[in-house]
Amino acid sequence: MSEAQKQVWEGAIPLQIELHESEVTTLPPPPPALLLAPRIGYLPLLISLLKPHFTSTLPPGVDTIWFDYKGLPLKWYIPTGVLFDLLCVEPERPWNLTVHFRGYPSNLLLPCEGEDSVKWSFINSLKEAAYVINGNCKNVMNMSQPDQVELWGSVLNGNLESYRRVASKLKLGTFDDEYTENTITDSTKSQQSTGDTDAVVQVKTGRIPVRLYLWTVNEEFDDFEDAPQIDNWDKVSYINRPVEIHREDGKYFSLNEAIKRILPEFFLDNFSVSEGDASIDLDAREEGESSSDPGSSCLPLETAEIKLVRIQGIEPILNIPFSWVVNNLMNPEYFLHMCVCLKVSKANAVQ
Amino acid sequence: MDFQVAVEDIIPWDGTLSVSDFSLSARTFSDKWKRFNPSFPSWLWIPCPNHHLVSSHKEEGYLSLENMCHIQSNEEEETNISLAWKEESNILLQSGEPFDDATLVCPQHEVNHYDFHIVYSPSYRVPVLYFRSYHSDGQLLQLNEIEKDLAGHYAKLRSESKWTFITHEEHPYLNRPWYKLHPCGTSDWMKLLFHGDPSLNKNGSVVEQYLVSWFSVIGQVVGLKLPMEMLNTVASNNSYTLIHTFPKVK
Repeated sequence: MSEAQKQVWEGAIPLQIELHESEVTTLPPPPPALLLAPRIGYLPLLISLLKPHFTSTLPPGVDTIWFDYKGLPLKWYIPTGVLFDLLCVEPERPWNLTVHFRGYPSNLLLPCEGEDSVKWSFINSLKEAAYVINGNCKNVMNMSQPDQVELWGSVLNGNLESYRRVASKLKLGTFDDEYTENTITDSTKSQQSTGDTDAVVQVKTGRIPVRLYLWTVNEEFDDFEDAPQIDNWDKVSYINRPVEIHREDGKYFSLNEAIKRILPEFFLDNFSVSEGDASIDLDAREEGESSSDPGSSCLPLETAEIKLVRIQGIEPILNIPFSWVVNNLMNPEYFLHMCVCLKVSKANAVQ
Repeated sequence: MDFQVAVEDIIPWDGTLSVSDFSLSARTFSDKWKRFNPSFPSWLWIPCPNHHLVSSHKEEGYLSLENMCHIQSNEEEETNISLAWKEESNILLQSGEPFDDATLVCPQHEVNHYDFHIVYSPSYRVPVLYFRSYHSDGQLLQLNEIEKDLAGHYAKLRSESKWTFITHEEHPYLNRPWYKLHPCGTSDWMKLLFHGDPSLNKNGSVVEQYLVSWFSVIGQVVGLKLPMEMLNTVASNNSYTLIHTFPKVK
């Protein structure tokens, strides 16, 4: 296993969690809870830590845990690390969240009945990923009960070794240790050269499960502090499209190309580049030439520019081999979650 | 369209559909539905502008059939269940001639409203039926209430196929919780469906006919039956080619 994978699995977000004031029935109000939430985990799984902390002050009723950040109810089925990357563009540490045990916003969020809901949501995503990779989800469907328990347990406890042992039976492996080890220890320059050769043999499948969270801005911002806040889920486009890895002779498929393939409506024809970013510029021209949609060439040109790509809390350089990103930064359900911010020129934007 | 090429190359078809074939097939489906189901509301194609840009050239979207009413009847016999769907306007106007007499007493019964969407899944490369249900006051129904409405249809199909089950997930375009019939087995049974009908493969109309065939199975789960004429591919294809505006890819 690679160093990067280990870091993803060990990654955690420091949280400072307050109980929503409407649920505080005692004076003084309880102090906020401080804890570390695993990046690859899900917020409702924190209930065993939070419930004892707040239980004495809760009003009578049935508990259904949910969280909000500055009033935005958080979707529990999105991994905690992804929520943080998406909603905290300028990382806030600790991340200040509010917990609720009453008044579940069921018109907005899928119902969550404890750990079981989270587990089934995870298994469903795993099935979907298996289908994308293998064209069927038989290996997931046929997983033995003990394996299922071990797999879910490994995610709950962040046990990468146990996860790898049981996940290898699913035959979804896109891992290539040799390649991963090389790239992680080498400099950026040799990373690219090993990418040229290894990426070709490495990923056995052409289809990669990706969940992309897209938000667009119209205004320029230089500092993440000035980036507009996502205060409504309708501002985020949730794009669940597999990426097909395409390779041309002697050239690996980059993260930049992958993003453009997921978002052809922004990049297919015209591609405006942020000044000074030569690597995007280079790829943009190639992408334009390989465009396979003749109907689009006569349409008005869009101007979209990648402002930010954040995966597992890092902003990878865009010409990194996509296979490296997938193998090292994917979540345990085999989906690669990417938060992407695009700047779309105002003249062409709908909203 | 890439699928038709695949058929001609005699590559075994995997039962899936590309996104552009989906929109093609969706049009065929809603046209036929309109012709053979005139007493029902039509399925509408809801284009999804690709998020924020105007000049999106992709025909991305989904089919929508909203505000269907399911009549709660006390004497739920098997024969009545399939006729228990009405368009809201029919209920208000009391003009549901083609329907069973039992439905005419509907205003006295609790009416549940259903919205149906047919959405393409890029992961599974098949259509997926999304639905939600609400009482007249807008309150959303829980799955166990929905299952009660659909009990007859759902149980029957569920006993036949272990693959057909309902999950609660976010609607891919509306970002709200909806129910869906899980698509992980769809490509398998679609393959079987088309293998059983070689005429479909021969005249290359699989893509056009895909959604009609698919709905002939999926619709039953929610008690929406297709008229037999819609499934009669040869007859309907001949007449269809006259009004058919999509170029065939050879």
